Amino acid sequence: MALTIDEVRHIARLARLRLTPEEERRYAEQLSAILDYAARLSQVDTSAISPTATVSPFPAPLRPDVIQPSLPQRRALANAPAAEGGLFRVPPVLES
Amino acid sequence: MSNPTALTLLQAAAALRAGEVSSAELTRACLDRIAALDGGLHAFLTVTPEMAEAQAAEADRRLAEARRSPSTALPPTVGIPIAVKDVLCLRDVPATAGSRILEGFRPPYPATAVARLLEAGVVILGKTNTDEFAMGSSTENSAYGVTHNPWDVSRVPGGSSGGSAAAVAAGLCCAALGTDTGGSVRQPAAFCGVTGLKPSYGRVSRYGLIAFGSSLDTVGALAHSAADLVPLYLGMAGHDPRDSTSAPDPVPPVTLDGDVRGLRVGVPVEYFIEGMQPVVEKAVREAVEVLAWLGAQVKTIHLPHTDLALPVYYLIAPAEASANLARYDGVRFGLRRGEDLATQYLATRGELFGPEVKRRIMLGTYALSAGYYDAYYGQAQKARTLIRQDFDRAFAEVDVIACPVAPTTAFGIGQHGDDPLSMYLEDVFTLPANLAGLPAVAFPVGFDADGLPVGMQLHAPRLAEAELLRAADAYQRVTDWHTRRPQLQAA
Repeated sequence: MALTIDEVRHIARLARLRLTPEEERRYAEQLSAILDYAARLSQVDTSAISPTATVSPFPAPLRPDVIQPSLPQRRALANAPAAEGGLFRVPPVLES
Repeated sequence: MSNPTALTLLQAAAALRAGEVSSAELTRACLDRIAALDGGLHAFLTVTPEMAEAQAAEADRRLAEARRSPSTALPPTVGIPIAVKDVLCLRDVPATAGSRILEGFRPPYPATAVARLLEAGVVILGKTNTDEFAMGSSTENSAYGVTHNPWDVSRVPGGSSGGSAAAVAAGLCCAALGTDTGGSVRQPAAFCGVTGLKPSYGRVSRYGLIAFGSSLDTVGALAHSAADLVPLYLGMAGHDPRDSTSAPDPVPPVTLDGDVRGLRVGVPVEYFIEGMQPVVEKAVREAVEVLAWLGAQVKTIHLPHTDLALPVYYLIAPAEASANLARYDGVRFGLRRGEDLATQYLATRGELFGPEVKRRIMLGTYALSAGYYDAYYGQAQKARTLIRQDFDRAFAEVDVIACPVAPTTAFGIGQHGDDPLSMYLEDVFTLPANLAGLPAVAFPVGFDADGLPVGMQLHAPRLAEAELLRAADAYQRVTDWHTRRPQLQAA
């Protein structure tokens, strides 16, 4: 199946990726080839098969629900591109 | 000691214990070798000499103390210089995952796998190159340049743990940590002629590993032999309360006695396909004969859904990646681009992710999107069950499964050009173990006419790493492929 440029733009918008026109063209072509290859899966009868989401046996072990020391605020903010007053600083969401 | 970098991990451990070499000397020899050779190989992204020397000094203190009171039990890893793939976090040491988006990122806490080995006394020399976010089979997708194969620098080392494999093969470190989501420990091990372990899913904690495909990611190791891998594996394995997918099961000891008599070895017909290099098939079949000569029972088996692994993997892994990589939004860590909030996400991600990462995020987003979920992601999850059932049936008849690691030996840098599907086909033999969550070990079983290593892998049932390492070690006791080292000249 061939993905159109519009479909590629839609996926890129969902994934929050800005693409150049050249990238849009290339991904339309390459993703179409990969999805064509994946189309062979549709021929497999899986009507009686349940999906595998994880290979871990259930239930997952849980740790006791006890408060433990966590990452200090200073360290959690240390990698932020911008921080101020103990908070992550981002561009304004609503203009005043 | 004339050239301590030529030692295996266990030889180095014995020399350290006997006081024939100090960890400081061993570490300095590795750092000197990195300085001399890594300009031409580019296995390392970051070298951490001050940290390594401090860890070596501490290891020498522990070793000296153990020599004074011989009853002190020290693990063989004390004082051993290793390298760590740059997707595993070390506290305050830059971690890039091979991506520009993480330029300058210094993790606030270490990965459990690394922290446990530091407790066990290893010395960390630095961080090794990887395809961006471990997405690739060649290290060509690293934002920081390709790593070269020490056996032939015009070829790739494999990927995504290509930096770790090249560093071990070139003797820049005794061993290295890697990660394996679809073959990323085993394929570079095969291409570089070293031994690589991909543990069972959940055997080693993923805490502090930069996530790619959360139902597939595993932390493994690369070294010169199966015997060398044992202390690294035992040092990392076991439940971690910080990773709820890590197995609560106890980790049994690994006994290496060279005895494979009666071991049932399955050889799946589906892993010998048209288009694979004849030298690969020949070397693998000869290696299976060696196991038979040692007393193993070899039988032909079938894994009929093997051909589904590639399409299943290349829907599930990108789907998981598209969710995991949503965290790179330019807010909390890494670099930021764009002027206002509307453009910040688009510009940060559009400009700072590389082509393969964007391709997989797009593919995964599509497979998960409304109207396509059932046909792609849902169907892939069901087909994944069929692949698991193949292995369940096979392991009712055999103890281990032997097959090639890759259809070819190391390919040339640039050979796959801009054709992602042809690159994905390189992973055809390694993907099933990840989809089924099984442990596998890759090791050299011959060389091609160009002098490039050929790898074989053994698979075992979930959590049966001990059997796997025992079988690989038995092979290595009677063969010497794993002892060969590439001839290298300073760049």
